[in-house]
Amino acid sequence: MSSREKILALVKANQPSLTSLPSLDIPVDVHLDLVENFTFIATNIGSRVMEVSGFDEIKETIAKLFLPGRIVSSFPELADIAEIQLTDPDPHSLANVNLAVLGAELGVSENGALWLSENNMMQRVLPFICQHLALVVNKKSIVANMHEAYRVLGNNNPGFGAFIAGPSKTADIEQSLVLGAHGPRSMTVFLI
Amino acid sequence: MKDHAALSEEFNIDEPRVNWHDETLWLIRQKRDKAVHGIPEWEWLRETASQVKNNVLSNLSAYLEQFEANALANGVFVHWAADANEHNEIIHSILRKHQVERMVKSKSMLTEECHLNDYLTENGIEVIDSDLGERIVQLGNEHPSHIVLPCIHKKKEEIGDLFHKYLGTAAGESDPQILTEAARQHLRETFLTRKVALTGVNFAVAETGEFVVCTNEGNADMGAHLADVHIASMGIEKIIPERKHLGVFLRLLTRSATGQPITTYSSHFKSPRQGQEMHIVLVDNGRSRQLGRENFRNSLKCIRCGSCMNTCPVYRRSGGHSYHSVISGPIGSILAPNLDMKEFADLPFASTLCGSCSNVCPVKIDIHNQLYKWRQVLVKEGYVSNTKAISMKTMTWVISFPALFAFAGKTGRWAMKNLPFLVNNKLNPWYKAREMPVPPKESFRDWYVKNRGQK
Ligand code: SF4
Repeated sequence: MSSREKILALVKANQPSLTSLPSLDIPVDVHLDLVENFTFIATNIGSRVMEVSGFDEIKETIAKLFLPGRIVSSFPELADIAEIQLTDPDPHSLANVNLAVLGAELGVSENGALWLSENNMMQRVLPFICQHLALVVNKKSIVANMHEAYRVLGNNNPGFGAFIAGPSKTADIEQSLVLGAHGPRSMTVFLI
Repeated sequence: MKDHAALSEEFNIDEPRVNWHDETLWLIRQKRDKAVHGIPEWEWLRETASQVKNNVLSNLSAYLEQFEANALANGVFVHWAADANEHNEIIHSILRKHQVERMVKSKSMLTEECHLNDYLTENGIEVIDSDLGERIVQLGNEHPSHIVLPCIHKKKEEIGDLFHKYLGTAAGESDPQILTEAARQHLRETFLTRKVALTGVNFAVAETGEFVVCTNEGNADMGAHLADVHIASMGIEKIIPERKHLGVFLRLLTRSATGQPITTYSSHFKSPRQGQEMHIVLVDNGRSRQLGRENFRNSLKCIRCGSCMNTCPVYRRSGGHSYHSVISGPIGSILAPNLDMKEFADLPFASTLCGSCSNVCPVKIDIHNQLYKWRQVLVKEGYVSNTKAISMKTMTWVISFPALFAFAGKTGRWAMKNLPFLVNNKLNPWYKAREMPVPPKESFRDWYVKNRGQK
């Protein structure tokens, strides 16, 4: 008997009788200002959140905030300051990216996380390997909590997707919080 | 083999250090409380998670098959490992197939459970752990002492010494910022040069065949997206039915673990990127056996948040290594005897049964009850040392005869009052580091008999 059959047979023999799944209906707190709360939480976990009027303002802000370096973006609107097409399919070629500007599909008010799917990543490794990450999200796409987020997303995941909440961080050395462990050292959220 | 009591005694030699360990973990427990109080529906979340997990355990074989079918359809290779050895062999065979001798690994308690690093090292393969805490214990040739905070037992000066020796930082450097930067540079080089990356799995969704990996550092993603081959190792209990259930568990996990609202990265891997190979290894290693043990089945609901350790008064003052098992603390003490009753017979006794662990557990595992039940099993099966077994048996015997219990209680109180040296001596382990209480004038029993008729 293969291990697969052996394991499945054992599990089947040992599992208790079937119980049903609970309902996930939970009332959402409607009094909360979603954008305000998102900004508060995201700032708390180390993100920089800015409301902007459009891509011109994003460009100005980038020029002010970041040192010169390689910028990659999925937005054609940023073609004059960033590479908007990647010619080399090898993810290693992104090792020297200073700033990546990508679009997030939704934001979650209760935890400051943003959902980013492979469709908007250009390369899966990009939002992780860049030194700094900036995500652009529509204010209307901020949902209350994770239940709402999955309700909106459904089962839609092209092949890879991630909730990203702030810059890469660690507290492994005596619980001192250090930003920029392996991934981006900073995270900027542009609310548009 | 030293047991928990002996190992904690070693840990307790350095008292300021024990106090520091205790306080650090308590701080994390307090962060958890603060995060939890911000969620009015917290108890609803716990109950819902617990019920989802009940359903998972009651339908696990079907969910595993469903997950496998979907993962295969997504273009992922699926392997099944009955035990630790088979798991290690599968990983090794994938590495051999690709003629790779170096691998980067992100945090996975399952690979610790299977002793994968030792196995691969013996087979001439170099493994580098990329989670900072894990890398630190790896450099120190130790094992993690906590499932979420692997090097919580180490002082920054000790970490500085290790980094000086292995990563070339300045002697005496202990600033966390500088040490983290050194690790960042060293591990970036590793990520960029490894062709195979292994990650753990926090949740796997039967409905979609995808799996979720949660990290704060982004190390799982750095490894997986740069490598040609991504291997994910998961225990078979990590399955959840539908994608929407992730909403419940992701809300609970990090709030319970560190007090953060969510981990920085919750990555959903569904299919390999173009040109990449993705493997999933489904590991049993005793889990199906635990599923059949009605009293201990619930332990398989564990989502490895670590909050039962952070709150446990015994864990905080004895250190993770005193549990001499991969998963330490209250939940580890339930899981370990399932793997080997003889070797881990001491662990269910390493608890005050105060119930704090069960109170914080996000999936409502009745941890302290299970520890209590393990004690009965282990005594009955003869795995407990004679003194402990005899005192437990005597106690059971005494309690079962009300008159004898009353007499024993009276004698005890009389002895504590009139012959204190009989109780307060080194032979009574309860006297160690404790002042014995002054006995009450009247026992609860006497009080009850006298007062129960009165309103
Ligand atoms: S038993 Fe509960 S509290 Fe302990 S690690 Fe598992 S999920 Fe967390």
